[in-house]
Amino acid sequence: MTVRAAARRVTLAGSVVLLAVLLGLSLIAAVGLGPVDIPFTDVWRIVFGDAPTGPPAVIVRDIRLPRVLLGAIVGAGLAVTGAVLQGVLRNPLADPYLIGASSGASLGAVLALMSGLSWLLPVAAFTGAMATFAVVLLLARNGGQLGVTRLILSGVAVAALAEAATNFIVLNSPDSQLRSALFWTLGGLSGTQWSDLPVPAIVVAVFAGWFWSRSAGLNALVLGEEGATSLGVEVNRLRVRLVIGSAITVGAVVSVSGGIGFVALMVPHAVRMVVGGDNRWVVPLSALAGALLMVWVDVGARLLNQPDEIPIGVITAMLGAPFFLVLLARANRRAFS
Amino acid sequence: MSLSLEIEDVAWAPVLHDITLSVPPGEILGLIGPNGSGKSSLLRCVYRRRRPDRGRILVDGLNVWTAGAGDVARRVAVVTQDSPADLENSVEQIVALGRVPYLGGLGRLTRADHDLIDEAMERCEVRTLARRSYTHLSGGERQRVHLARALVQQPGLLLLDEPTNHLDLRHQVELLRLVRSLGVTVVAALHDLQLAGAACDRLAVLSAGRLVADGPPAKVVTNELLAEVYGVAAEVTRGADGLPRVNLPLSR
Repeated sequence: MTVRAAARRVTLAGSVVLLAVLLGLSLIAAVGLGPVDIPFTDVWRIVFGDAPTGPPAVIVRDIRLPRVLLGAIVGAGLAVTGAVLQGVLRNPLADPYLIGASSGASLGAVLALMSGLSWLLPVAAFTGAMATFAVVLLLARNGGQLGVTRLILSGVAVAALAEAATNFIVLNSPDSQLRSALFWTLGGLSGTQWSDLPVPAIVVAVFAGWFWSRSAGLNALVLGEEGATSLGVEVNRLRVRLVIGSAITVGAVVSVSGGIGFVALMVPHAVRMVVGGDNRWVVPLSALAGALLMVWVDVGARLLNQPDEIPIGVITAMLGAPFFLVLLARANRRAFS
Repeated sequence: MSLSLEIEDVAWAPVLHDITLSVPPGEILGLIGPNGSGKSSLLRCVYRRRRPDRGRILVDGLNVWTAGAGDVARRVAVVTQDSPADLENSVEQIVALGRVPYLGGLGRLTRADHDLIDEAMERCEVRTLARRSYTHLSGGERQRVHLARALVQQPGLLLLDEPTNHLDLRHQVELLRLVRSLGVTVVAALHDLQLAGAACDRLAVLSAGRLVADGPPAKVVTNELLAEVYGVAAEVTRGADGLPRVNLPLSR
């Protein structure tokens, strides 16, 4: 191994550690930020020490902490899924919306809200995500092969249909429910309870680890179907499994957070711009960076429009649009270089 | 290490019909024939991209379609006309993909792997490009990168699908010279008959999915064959080295 390659490994491992430390500090800091400011040191004492009881302790333990942790889980899940889907579909614009899972989750959630079964909401959202994804997968399968272009096209079509149905239902809903339905379709973490955490936490941890363990195959896919096959990768099987894993992860995440766009698209691209295309690093760094981004976006959602909250999807879209332009400029540079 | 290739009565409708071909270890075999004659399809059957309808393909006695994909990839490497890659992929990273058949799912490279990668880049003269983005390379550089990637795979059989496409004369000659120096069995689909004659020990000619001629270049490349298979009236002469020179008069 050359000295340079060794140095690079150390740098990459260092950036994993750096992001993990930043994330840890951000979690504590974010818990302190909100309509009621709680100093960093107090948060630390409430979380890690024998905390005094009283309003700040209640806010931290029962309201802010689960919410901030869920934000990190959701951000990690979305970003890692984006990284995988961009690799599998060989398309820079790939994200969970492209396989219909996010739109299906919204439809399921809105249907549950409107039928007065809001306690069923996460289950309905997850079911919706899986149902639309199944339709996309069926449409995309062609003689046992998963065609990438077919997958993207059928994903876009099914997502559009699900969104139309969601919008129709939202617009025809009684005023009392309109707000919560709309807020849900735009994504948000308000009202998070501890009981919301275990399922998405386990799903994200398990699948992120599994995606990481498939890094070599994911890297080989960059050579296209021909090239990856010649490296001994069972391309079709790998693609199908990774796409299904992505859909399950997204379903579990959006079933608690609502549809949050652009995170899955932006974070992996930003990570690749910095560390290159090796998925052994892109996958874990995307998870960490996605968690970090989501924690701070949620802080923005709480603080920027007090006393109201801004739906998280609105903030990520505002960040996402300029990011798209940067990508476009990069693509143009590539075309002319 | 060079391995033998046996293609036994392979058919893949409607492209390939009853092809039987045997390549001894260390031989450089050129596959020639017009567009659509089945050269690429035959190679795809060997590297497990297209499953033939019938027939067997054995590499060193190993049936590629009953063996595992990894077992085949540790014996057979492929360079195709052009492979995609993204802006974020450096040359070194593309070359390193050649180790995928030897690694676990995570793809962690050992010191020995890195040495192999460096050596292959050196040999294919792309080491100075190691940190460059693959998308910024010229056609010739890309082909050398993929050859380096194939070498890192440590194959006993190297398949080349029109590897000299898009290359200028100098790079065509350099690539084929490099391939000849590797000491592995090579099967290369080539378009340029004169170059094929110079680079290969033996030529096999495909026409409409059938093997129509097979032998040393001087015996295979003839006026009759070019008229029959390619439908052109060519004048084939012999050079001082005994190899065929193909002349194509356009005016008549």
